Amino acid sequence: MQILTDLFSDYTTRTVLLGSMGIGAVSGALGCFSYLRRQSLIGDVVSHSSLLGIMVIFLVSYWLTGEGSKSLFVLIPGALASGVASLVLTRWIVDRTPVREDSGLGTMLAIFFGGGILLLRYVQRSSTVIPGRRGLKDFLFGMSASMTRDDLIMIAIIGGLSLLALLAYWRQLKVFTFDPLFSHCLGFNTRFLSLLLIVLMVNGIVVGIQCVGVILMIALLVTPAAAARQWTSSLGSMVLLSAVFGGMAGAAGSITSSLVSKLPAGPVIVLAGCVIFLFSILFAPRRGILTVKLLQLRAAEESDLDEGLAS
Amino acid sequence: MAEPRAAIDVEGLTVAYHSKPVLWDVSLEIASGVLMGLVGPNGAGKSTLLKAILGLVRPLTGRVLIQGAPLQRDRQLVGYVPQRSTIDWDFPTTVLDLVLMGTYGQLGWFGRVGRKQREAAQTALERVELQDFQSRQISELSGGQQQRAFLARAFVQDAPILFLDEPFAGVDVKTERSIVRLLHEQRDAGKTVVVVQHDLNTVGEYLDQVTLINRTIVSSGSVESAFTPELIEKAYGERLV
Repeated sequence: MQILTDLFSDYTTRTVLLGSMGIGAVSGALGCFSYLRRQSLIGDVVSHSSLLGIMVIFLVSYWLTGEGSKSLFVLIPGALASGVASLVLTRWIVDRTPVREDSGLGTMLAIFFGGGILLLRYVQRSSTVIPGRRGLKDFLFGMSASMTRDDLIMIAIIGGLSLLALLAYWRQLKVFTFDPLFSHCLGFNTRFLSLLLIVLMVNGIVVGIQCVGVILMIALLVTPAAAARQWTSSLGSMVLLSAVFGGMAGAAGSITSSLVSKLPAGPVIVLAGCVIFLFSILFAPRRGILTVKLLQLRAAEESDLDEGLAS
Repeated sequence: MAEPRAAIDVEGLTVAYHSKPVLWDVSLEIASGVLMGLVGPNGAGKSTLLKAILGLVRPLTGRVLIQGAPLQRDRQLVGYVPQRSTIDWDFPTTVLDLVLMGTYGQLGWFGRVGRKQREAAQTALERVELQDFQSRQISELSGGQQQRAFLARAFVQDAPILFLDEPFAGVDVKTERSIVRLLHEQRDAGKTVVVVQHDLNTVGEYLDQVTLINRTIVSSGSVESAFTPELIEKAYGERLV
């Protein structure tokens, strides 16, 4: 108990904890739509691709100011831009060539993530020391431990705006996700809704990159949603629960990593999400694998009993 | 007396994907208050025509008029029942919630689902005999019940024109009969019902009018005149006849 009170009284730890929970909750809530629209792969491509944008902005800021910027206020627009660009290019290729969507997405991931890694290695190894280059590789694996108050503000702004948009367009997004053609017949602007969902997904991703890095980001987007789906029967409760699960994973990761030295928070957050997911698919009422097995066994026993009584 | 306005008027419609024509010079008039079947083999462009009528694909040439005017976003003239196989049945929603979606178009920005909407949903659920299933998850319904739940949603939306994409695919005979009865009721109430179908067997029995389509219109009119063996052969190719 003493350890926990110490944790919460420390300013840095508190910032990290709050940040990780906020990130987990925002990504969890927004990820429900990627999960339901079967766009997990698209999310993975966006998060990997954002590395190129981050590196380009870093280098541009170095050329302009003599020091590479690592401020999220500067880097996030770059992450957003290259994430969206990878999707736009995929669409362009799929519409104009015989290449199918999954191959197009794979190719874009290779180009954008490969390009990002190339620039990252160049910056790290270049003989002229580029100020600010230390810690750049944290964008690969996350850096929640070095979160600052500015980062918290950035997360709060992007997360808050995204959740507001989600609420404002709730019914339209729900029908569109479930049955796009019908939402068109209801008079909703499907082109806009499709764009809005992509923007929301990209927001969830760029917020989460700070915490778990571009490589593991997809886990933070999809596992809370997949876990939440097992417990609920309405979209509203699924989104709420997914946010709670994401927040729990964020908290578990940041607390564990501050208690155990050298344990990185990002992977622990992701693994905590996976534990929640595993527990959910095993034990959720009505849908859990083990729960269903148990119900079947019980039903079989009862029918055996009935037969025994009948004979 | 003025000519009754056509519910749907398609004029010289050509649609292409990747510069391959899918629909070629399609002209079609569907009168108000009929039960029309849109019949053709797989890949004949039935769903493309449906999407073009709904304004979801942009044609190369031609135009579509709904009740005499291009389809506008703010006027809910067309209802739609999707093909069952295109729906994610694991989507977290109950039967009642699904039917209430039919009211979302009338609710406006901050309108809430109120008593009026709930009553409309209840009435529709009773009409399709699903009132006892309203709190079930849609994944827990049988194929026929799923189809009827979507029908109830369309009744709640209450558009003058109703499209159904393969409504009889994968449902039992009893459900098929009850869907046909409900569609006949809709028609008798003055609605225009268009059924997209590739199964030929039940056409004559269920529908008033037929449009045979394979890339272009093969025939269109009453079942007797537009659904003859020669025309079916023309639309489906020789092997099937």
